[in-house]
Amino acid sequence: MTLILNVLAAIGRGVLGACRVLGAVVLFALEGVSHILRPPFYPRLIGRAFVEIAYFSLPVVALTAVFTGMVLALQSYSGFSRFGAESAIANVVVLSITRELGPVLAGLMVAGRIGAAFAAEIGTMRVTDQIDALTTLSTNPMKYLVAPRLLAGTIAMPLLVVIADILGVMGGWLIGTAQLGFTSASYLTSTLNFLQPMDVISGLVKAAVFGFVITLMGCYSGYTSRGGAQGVGAATTTAVVSSSILILALDYVLTAAFFGS
Amino acid sequence: MSSTPKIRLRGLTKRFGAKTVLDGVDLDVAAGEGMVVLGGSGSGKSVTIKCILGLITPDAGSIEIDGRDVLAMPRREREALNDRIGMLFQNGALFDSLPVWENVCFKLLAQKRITRAKARDKAAEVLAQVGLAASVGDLSPSELSGGMQKRVGLARAIAAEPEIIFFDEPTTGLDPIMGAVIDGLIVDCVKRLGATAVSITHDMASARRIGDTAAMIHKGRIVWTGPAATLGHSGNAMVDQFANGSREGPITMELRK
Repeated sequence: MTLILNVLAAIGRGVLGACRVLGAVVLFALEGVSHILRPPFYPRLIGRAFVEIAYFSLPVVALTAVFTGMVLALQSYSGFSRFGAESAIANVVVLSITRELGPVLAGLMVAGRIGAAFAAEIGTMRVTDQIDALTTLSTNPMKYLVAPRLLAGTIAMPLLVVIADILGVMGGWLIGTAQLGFTSASYLTSTLNFLQPMDVISGLVKAAVFGFVITLMGCYSGYTSRGGAQGVGAATTTAVVSSSILILALDYVLTAAFFGS
Repeated sequence: MSSTPKIRLRGLTKRFGAKTVLDGVDLDVAAGEGMVVLGGSGSGKSVTIKCILGLITPDAGSIEIDGRDVLAMPRREREALNDRIGMLFQNGALFDSLPVWENVCFKLLAQKRITRAKARDKAAEVLAQVGLAASVGDLSPSELSGGMQKRVGLARAIAAEPEIIFFDEPTTGLDPIMGAVIDGLIVDCVKRLGATAVSITHDMASARRIGDTAAMIHKGRIVWTGPAATLGHSGNAMVDQFANGSREGPITMELRK
């Protein structure tokens, strides 16, 4: 009997803990967003965060996109050639990239870079009293540290994904024309023929959501970190793991919302 | 000096989980006074200051500044009050992403009392008050020694000319000479501003140099208040044990042997 109760208590503790964290994250997000909308604004900090997220993530995101496009073209060729459906390759590549792989892979890459960096930076500021110091210096730390990053992440990710989309299609085109016997014109024509604006737009909306989630989890983990170097390390891990899982879960939710019916 | 104390704490209580850190702290600090709060590690000194600054919300009790209860204030007024308070953190807490001059003028810039163009000159002026050359302004905090970081922290705390300044262990981690230098700077700056200063420390030499009045906190309560000059021969067994650093006395360290 006590064993059963212990097991149930352990499950209950876990569930309650998860609910508490979820509530805290939501409140943190609402407060962050409210500070985006109310002055004073910090254009300098928004700019710095934007450069950090968009510009410095470009190389990783670009490489990921090119290789993903190349792999997609190769894989779909080996599958489709069995049914004589090679002409669908360009179409498969562009739809997979714009709808799914562009935003998701770019999101995961940025989560690794930016989520970790923000959590470590804000976490170190927390454990060295710099966040308390902001308050004593007439500055709201949520407004100064969190709001500019949330805003920059939400704007930067869609821009990164536009580039990822283009480079992903280019990767497919490279393999298509160099290896699979497409002419450049026929590959690009079949790429554009079936592409709907909604395919790209849904991907960009996903990207904006992912950008928000990545910066949110990075800021939240850092902001709430405790206990010196170990706490900052744990915050960094939490930021990357939680934002990666949230990206994949929200990708399903958003896909169902856009294309479900 | 008015009869209303600048800062008045009554029954300040704070628990973290099962641990009671503050157990009804009562303390009055008169305007323009230099108050030193003494106490061992974990006695609740830092938590008291953080409660006054609004960084920690106490569970019970009242905090009055200029006779007004800050805990009952709307957030906006509370923030306006913080504009008139300065704080020197124990480890400096300088912003390592900003150069020294921006650290020093951070509050003035945040309150838009100064333009960025003028902030460098202002920073040089304040740095001179703590005995640092203007060229230090262009360095990053990580390039400074411990004593210099403390002085930059002090410059940042006084740049906006606050009415109340808190010092969290200003001499901890410094050699005795640098400690004396920092103490001298603190006394000069506080006197020049006519500010009320509250310092927490366990450095007796420092306490006598910067304090007019001293209070001793033990297990979350103020156990003694008196002139800082009498530390060591106050007549209170706890205070004298602490001031003289004796092992034997009413304060027992909770060590397991």
